[in-house]
Formats: sequence, C-alpha cells, structure tokens
Amino acid sequence: MASTQVNPTRMELTRLKKKRITAVRGHKLLKDKRDELMRQYLDLVRENMEVRKRVEAGILSANKNFVIAKAGMSEAELHTALLAPKQEINLVAGQRNVMSVDVPTFEYKTRTADENDIYSYGFAFTSSDLDGAVKSLADILPDMIRLAEIEKSCQLMAAEIEKTRRRVNALEHVIIPETEKNIKYITMKLDENERSTQIRLMKVKDMMLAEAHGY
Amino acid sequence: MYKIAVLGDYDSIYGFATLGLSICPVKTREEASDMFRQLAAGEKYGVIYVTESVAAQLGEEIEKYREQTFPAIIQIPGVSGNTGAGVENVKKTVEQAVGSDILFSAE
Repeated sequence: MASTQVNPTRMELTRLKKKRITAVRGHKLLKDKRDELMRQYLDLVRENMEVRKRVEAGILSANKNFVIAKAGMSEAELHTALLAPKQEINLVAGQRNVMSVDVPTFEYKTRTADENDIYSYGFAFTSSDLDGAVKSLADILPDMIRLAEIEKSCQLMAAEIEKTRRRVNALEHVIIPETEKNIKYITMKLDENERSTQIRLMKVKDMMLAEAHGY
Repeated sequence: MYKIAVLGDYDSIYGFATLGLSICPVKTREEASDMFRQLAAGEKYGVIYVTESVAAQLGEEIEKYREQTFPAIIQIPGVSGNTGAGVENVKKTVEQAVGSDILFSAE
C-alpha cells in the first residue's frame, strides 16, 4: 500500500508516470552536475592548500622581518615611516560561472604603475631591515589575492556540492521509489477493477440466460 | 572597484598598509566585531583578510558570509604565530563537499 493516499484513476496514473520520467531525468542531470563539480573542486582545493601554505609561510617570514626592523628603530620613527602609504590597490572583481556556481575572480591594479613603489618613506631615517620587510610582504601579495579567489571559490563550491548531493539523494531514495510504488498501486487497483467488472458481466449474462431459457 | 581590508591587532597588520591595503587595527573583541560588521556590510571591500586570533573571536559572524560571493573573508596568521585555523578551514570545506576529509587527513 502506498504511504500517501493516491486516487486510483487513469489520470493520476498518467500524471505519476510523467513525474517519474522527470524525476529520473533530473536525477541523472544532478548526478552529472555533482560529479563535475566534485572533479573541479578537488583540483581547486589542492591548489588552495598549496597557496595557503605558501602564504602562511610568507607572512610568517615577513612578520619576522618586521620584528627585526622594529627592533632597529624607535616606535615613533616606524609609525611615521608607515603613516602615509604611497601605494593603493584597487581590486577588480569579476564573476566566473562554474557549473552554475558564481565564483569570484580577482584582479588587482596598483595606483602607480611601478609596483615597486611601495616604500612610503625616505631611506635616510629608517633601517634597511624595514625595506626588506616591506619587500617580503609585497612579494606574497599576488599569492594572497590568488588565495582569496581560490578559497572563496572552494567555500562556494563546497556548499553547492553539498546541496546537489542532498538533492540527488532525495530523488534517488525518496521521490523515485515512492512514485514507482504509487504507479504500481494504481496499476494493480485498475486491473482489479477491470477483473471485477468482467466477472460481474459474466454473472449477469448467466442470470439472464437462466431466466430466458431455463438453463 | 573594490578595496582590500586587513583586520587584526596592530602589530600583525601594520606592514600591509605600505602595500596599499586598508588596515583596521582592533584591540578588543567588541571593537573587532563592530569593525568587521562595518567592513562586511559595506560594498566597498571585496576581500577582507582577518588574522586567525581575531577570526576565532568573531566565530559565527564570519560563517554568515561563507555562502556569499562577496566579500571573501580569508584568515591569515598573525604576528603571534600560526594557529592552524586557516588550514583547518580548508579541511572543513573538504569535509562539507566530500563527506569526510579524504585529502589532507594523512598530514
């Protein structure tokens, strides 16, 4: 017996059959989507880990350089040196569509054309360690932007994969079996009705024959 | 056209100012969450780098932006060292996508 009440009619049967076809097709499409997303995601997440490790190591060594630079100068001098940044970064953000997931793409433009234009101070009153520290930080900036792009993409794709997987499972294990059960129930019920009509007609015929000819 | 912001304690982030990123030094937890809300809600910033120690304090507020395309919130290690939260986050997305951490669990 079907868990939900269905009307055993021919119209309902046609409707359910259509529903089953749609569900099976949707299931196949979603499954393909999930597989392709997963393939791209796995490539991306490996790169994500790599870039992240590189950025973390880079920031760590840059921080070390800054500590050394700080040790060689007075705090006030350091603050003054870094007070007014010369460079400015503008981020041009776009969107890329990966299997219906909008992932961001980042490109950056520096305000001045020379990307080495990062020293916002005269070299006379600062220690040379500071130059090195600033440079080491500037070197990892492209990686950091790339990291932002990849990591965000990974997060978005992971969410989409989870959603798609749930949909695939719901179709595969709930919607499709239930529809098939209902279709079977209706077919059997209709057959049963047909048989009972047949028997009734035969019975009526027997009765009529007995009345007319005395069989 | 977006900008990039860096959120964290002053010692961890002052260097980024020279590169042209906006730095937002914060000291307390309240300051951090106020500042973060301002940065994330405005349309100005495409990427917000947050130091791991501050990110740990913000917790759920960062989670809210996980499913949005912008802004991207990325954790970076601070001056006090690497807590591993950033790597942990990547592992979490693998777990979410695959069901279990099949890629990096051996490390």
